[in-house]
Amino acid sequence: MATLDKKLDRRSFLKVSALAGGGMVLSFSWLAGCKPTPEQALEMPKEWFELNSYIKIGENGAVTLFSPNPEFGSNVKTSMPMILADELDVDWKMVMVEQADFWPQRFERQFTGGSQGIRQGWIPLRTAGATARQMLVNAAAQTWKVPASEITSTAGVLEHKASSKKAGYGEMASLAATLEVPEDVTLKEPKDFKIIGTSKKNVDIEKIVSGKPLFSIDHKVEGMKYAAIVHPPAFGMKLKSFDKSSVSGMPGILDVFSINLFKDDYGRNFFDTTTFPEIVAIVGNSTWEVMQAKKNLAVEWENAPESNFEVAGFGGRPNTKMTVPAGLENTNLHKERMAEYIQKSGNVVRRDGDPEGMFKKAAKIIEKTYAAPFLAHNTMEPMNCFADVKGDRAVIYGPTQAPEFIMNTLSSSLGIPKENIQINLSRMGGGFGRRAYSHHLTEAALISQKIQAPVKMVYTREDDMSSGVYRPTYSATYRAALDENNNLLALHVKAGGIPETPLHANRFPAGAIDHYLAESWQIESNITIGAFRAPRSNFIAAAEQSFLDELAEVMGKDPIDFRLELLKRAETNPVGENNDYDAKRYAGVLELVRDKSNWNTPAPEVHRGVSAYFCHNSYVAEVVDTKIVDSKPVVEKVYAAVDCGIVINPDAAINMGEGAIIDGIGNAFFGELTFENGVPSKTNFDKYRMIRQKETPKSIEVHFVDSKEDPTGLGEPFFPPVFAALANSLYKATGKRYYEQPFAPQLEMQNLKM
Amino acid sequence: MATFNLTINGTSKQVDVDPSTPVLWVLRDHLDLVGTKFGCGIAQCGACTIHLDGNAVRSCQLPVSAAEGASITTIEGLSENGDHPVQKAWMEHDVPQCGYCQAGQIMTAAALLQQNPNPSEEDIENAMNGNICRCGTYLRIKAAVKTAAQNL
Ligand code: FES
Ligand code: FES
Repeated sequence: MATLDKKLDRRSFLKVSALAGGGMVLSFSWLAGCKPTPEQALEMPKEWFELNSYIKIGENGAVTLFSPNPEFGSNVKTSMPMILADELDVDWKMVMVEQADFWPQRFERQFTGGSQGIRQGWIPLRTAGATARQMLVNAAAQTWKVPASEITSTAGVLEHKASSKKAGYGEMASLAATLEVPEDVTLKEPKDFKIIGTSKKNVDIEKIVSGKPLFSIDHKVEGMKYAAIVHPPAFGMKLKSFDKSSVSGMPGILDVFSINLFKDDYGRNFFDTTTFPEIVAIVGNSTWEVMQAKKNLAVEWENAPESNFEVAGFGGRPNTKMTVPAGLENTNLHKERMAEYIQKSGNVVRRDGDPEGMFKKAAKIIEKTYAAPFLAHNTMEPMNCFADVKGDRAVIYGPTQAPEFIMNTLSSSLGIPKENIQINLSRMGGGFGRRAYSHHLTEAALISQKIQAPVKMVYTREDDMSSGVYRPTYSATYRAALDENNNLLALHVKAGGIPETPLHANRFPAGAIDHYLAESWQIESNITIGAFRAPRSNFIAAAEQSFLDELAEVMGKDPIDFRLELLKRAETNPVGENNDYDAKRYAGVLELVRDKSNWNTPAPEVHRGVSAYFCHNSYVAEVVDTKIVDSKPVVEKVYAAVDCGIVINPDAAINMGEGAIIDGIGNAFFGELTFENGVPSKTNFDKYRMIRQKETPKSIEVHFVDSKEDPTGLGEPFFPPVFAALANSLYKATGKRYYEQPFAPQLEMQNLKM
Repeated sequence: MATFNLTINGTSKQVDVDPSTPVLWVLRDHLDLVGTKFGCGIAQCGACTIHLDGNAVRSCQLPVSAAEGASITTIEGLSENGDHPVQKAWMEHDVPQCGYCQAGQIMTAAALLQQNPNPSEEDIENAMNGNICRCGTYLRIKAAVKTAAQNL
């Protein structure tokens, strides 16, 4: 058995009694409005005993597990408690799960993003479970006067075989809760897991299918007002003035005012991306009434000047100076400027060997440029938030992936100390990175503060789609130098974007090629950007993996064999330092997908493409099969092979894989946001085309590499490879390469129906 | 403002709202039936789907003045205990990710099966095409509709 060198912050093991004085206990009854089902009600104990921040046990053996991280659909609210429950050694049927509120003194890293929840929660959650189990064992040892080491546990029952003593966890919970917290606990060996690795249903499934209030947009309290916001119509504009009288007589309208999101002296944190720091708020008696007033508000906008500020780096990285230029931007102009940068030299980020020399003596040079547009996240639940700010106290209930970051902003903007601000975490109707930027919470809070009453602010879809924090627009040029026998001599990538580069210079194929050059560039913009499912990887994977496909063809090699050759080189004799991937695991997913898809014998009339990528600590390879049916490209099947270490909840992991693959196919075909004079060209789903049921692949198979490695994330890694697998498959189907996303316009030009 | 008498999930309700107010907001703001969701407001996403006399309609485009006299069913009233065959199939297939679109998906599916208890693959795709799922749970949605059809 592995003995753990425990790094867990001791504070999270403080007993609740020590903290209860802070007024924070209120938060636990936050969603008490949800009536338990009759079965659950039967199981409700008379008393709960807190063993640590994550676990309380009732005298009847019922177990409540707190899921620390915000839930946006990746199913952490089920998988994190599964990890706790396994080490605690309880029957999953006895478990109730509660969403923890934001409470940094009790929980670590309550952040959903970067596919890190499970990876970084793995040891702390297991430790919390194992520690609580040990306390129950110790309580039994004390009660039975036997050595703790002779006591075993099975599914919530403690047993001392020698004396034939048995007790349920419930019987020992009250004593256990008073015992000292053990310093070192032993964690299970993976072979002993009973819950981890088995498929468990979403803990909220019954509430979801019966329409129970789960989202902050569903929240309501007595006396609550409704608010709409009006933001500038274009990037590069700001509020000049508004005429309150234009709407103040309208039915149900109570107040109209402007709010400023940041105090002048506030130092922005990494997620303080805010497109329009000054907006107009309309407060009224119902959503419909404030939405009507929104259309009638007389408001004047003016061009915003250039602004400069400093933003804190992520995860302790140094601050960066941001310049937000003035002006109204156009997609056509973006394209022209990007074309200029493609011609210029960029910043050299990595150079191995003598790439320039190799290109000089190459017999053949292949050069291809790839591009992708801005994308809107389009979470199904628009940005919204409930806030109740009175005097020096604030209660916020809103969809956020990053409560610890917005807490700083809220405290500064409201002028209220953090300990008086309570952030309750709602289930989110999607996130995809968008809700790491939580200024919608600040907006609602400032509106509530102004009216000193509870308020629910809801964006219209148009507000949501036009308020920025987009996936940036990117470009990447790949060049390969070949000798007269079509051997690869050198590879050169130059990638950039507006306003950030997508380049990951130390990822594959770096490390596999002797002569390698990576350059980056970026162009400033006032169109705001943010993390979007696998930031940067979501584009650079498409470019790189499409290029490798084309290269393999020129070299006369099978695309999987070609990648495996490169990976073999990277594994056995890597070039350079800092290659940030494990070539063997990378090759493993390619081999698995080759096997599972019967790569060499595709079904008749099927055209297949392959792609593989490593990001967010997990490896994924995908094969896409397309067919042309009645002049329409149809995705028949997608095979995915993934190495994410131990899989916590297999069926939910497959669901995540299916979703990310479908998301990728949708964005590859249709996803696009363009701008004219700073105005986004699409603001609702009539123009912004989303993938729907009919364009969904007919089937998706997800295969996991059998692994005992610690688990890594899944929300993002399935997404980047699918773009190139699709493009490579479409190439086989139509004879044309697809360099520019979205692909639908080009397919339509080829007389295909989209 | 005007008074409207509505029949929702078998119960009569009276609301005093502007006649242009969409049923979506009457349900959500005035009747505390928040299972019906707001996604787009322009009949493009299906999140707000309810049944009006048994037909799936987008409640964001249905003014309350047009709903008087009709029988409205929302997700809360689809079944008493959340055990409509469609809801059960949704649980069996563990369809949702974020869950936000699912009430609308379920209401569309239930209306489809009401009218066509034996839908073909194509029937399902056609009927469900108006409901966006940003999380991409479409394959499970389709599988769950098939299961529900078998268990009707
Ligand atoms: S909200 Fe009604 S269809 Fe989208
Ligand atoms: S489950 Fe998230 S939008 Fe459908």
